Amino acid sequence: MSQGFLKSSIGKKVVMGLTGLFLISFLVVHVSINACIYFNDSGETFNVAADFMAHNPVIRIVEIGLFGGLIIHCIQALMLTLQNRKARPVAYAKIDGAANSKWYSRSMGVLGSLLLLFLVVHLGNFWLPTKVAVFSHQEHNTFKNMNEIFSIWYFVAIYLFGVGALCYHMLHGFQSAFQTLGLNHKNFTPTLKKIGFWFSIIVCLLFASMPVTMFLGIIK
Amino acid sequence: MGSGHGQELNLTLKVWRQKNSKAAGSFETHQLTGISVDMSFLEMFDVLNEKLIIEGKEAIAFDHDCREGICGMCSMYINGRPHGPKDGVTTCQLHMRSFKTGDTIVVEPWRSGAFPVIKDLAVDRSAFDRIIASGGYVSVNTGSPQDANTILISKDAADEAFGAAACIGCGACVAACKNSSAMLFVSAKVSQLALLPQGQVERKARVLKMVAQMDEEGFGNCTNTGACEAECPKGISLENIARMNRELMSASATYAK
Repeated sequence: MSQGFLKSSIGKKVVMGLTGLFLISFLVVHVSINACIYFNDSGETFNVAADFMAHNPVIRIVEIGLFGGLIIHCIQALMLTLQNRKARPVAYAKIDGAANSKWYSRSMGVLGSLLLLFLVVHLGNFWLPTKVAVFSHQEHNTFKNMNEIFSIWYFVAIYLFGVGALCYHMLHGFQSAFQTLGLNHKNFTPTLKKIGFWFSIIVCLLFASMPVTMFLGIIK
Repeated sequence: MGSGHGQELNLTLKVWRQKNSKAAGSFETHQLTGISVDMSFLEMFDVLNEKLIIEGKEAIAFDHDCREGICGMCSMYINGRPHGPKDGVTTCQLHMRSFKTGDTIVVEPWRSGAFPVIKDLAVDRSAFDRIIASGGYVSVNTGSPQDANTILISKDAADEAFGAAACIGCGACVAACKNSSAMLFVSAKVSQLALLPQGQVERKARVLKMVAQMDEEGFGNCTNTGACEAECPKGISLENIARMNRELMSASATYAK
């Protein structure tokens, strides 16, 4: 596709949709690996999986792609938001947004910014210590790392808040990505929307359950 | 909400007044008494304007033409919604029975950089004309007219094209969109021709030109909130936007300029 396409309003949104779906696909891997804590074997299974993720060369390459996708998603969102602001120089005095759309569909920028802030905390908690251990050739017990973080109440609160933002971001983003990619038809869109809804709810409930069960000492 | 036949309303109207596209505007408050619930919203404005003229003041400028919901001229943003609180109607088809006595009604023009205010509530929607001029047409055969039924069109395609062609170009989609995107309008115009055999000659060039013109006019980007579809007086579907995106992807990949 030409450079012209990527510069068009639709091309920019296609980039948002594709990177968004890529980031969503990563969540499936992330939540699956994390769910290994539910073997409740003091993190033995989980640590094997986490160790594999930290050292496998293919995963390392995918990780670079993941950061690339995230950065493109964020920068493109910022550019689009600035452009959209310019498109309405005089604001309405009264807007009845609830009459025609969902609040979270209108708040993707705010939800995304909250997610980015959460991600800084999250990477600082888990990604950074793992990297330090890998590069200094030390053993790293990710399960222990998790247990320590999730014994502190305000981290649990931050994680629940972050997962909440993720949930609403995906409730709109999942089905919106398919619409942008031109995939909207009476035959399959209702099903696709249901899949998007339940995917967002289930993935986020699973993520939310982890800090909670650890904090309560159910998983140790 | 709502009042019965024959009743009269007392209303407070907050209307946007703006001398021209350069001037800064502001709200003006008017008290109206004895407004019949059987009036249309525009007739209520006629009453207000007559009152203003009698008082020696300047009448409020607003767009209107057919007053039967088919021309797409009326364009008021009423209490935070384009064409007011009812679904599937234009401002001219909105009746005062949708309000109740004592209500305060805020009336603003369509707000978009691409739709500059001409005066008060009237905005310049010639950006839409330029988008149409860029590609919203078909080539036709010259010579003697063909029989109407020589070109076969499936019922499905005809229905979908007709659904898209119902767009009256009022601009409520732009007014409703938080990004003032014109995607619903442009996608309806692209779709109605892309779906029909007569539209095939310029199919690829059309979508490229119309999207380029849309972007050049300074409309925002689509976030798929669905506000446009919900507020469209003609019920134009978001499926058209998906179709336009498909058309643009396909044309970008395969059309050599």
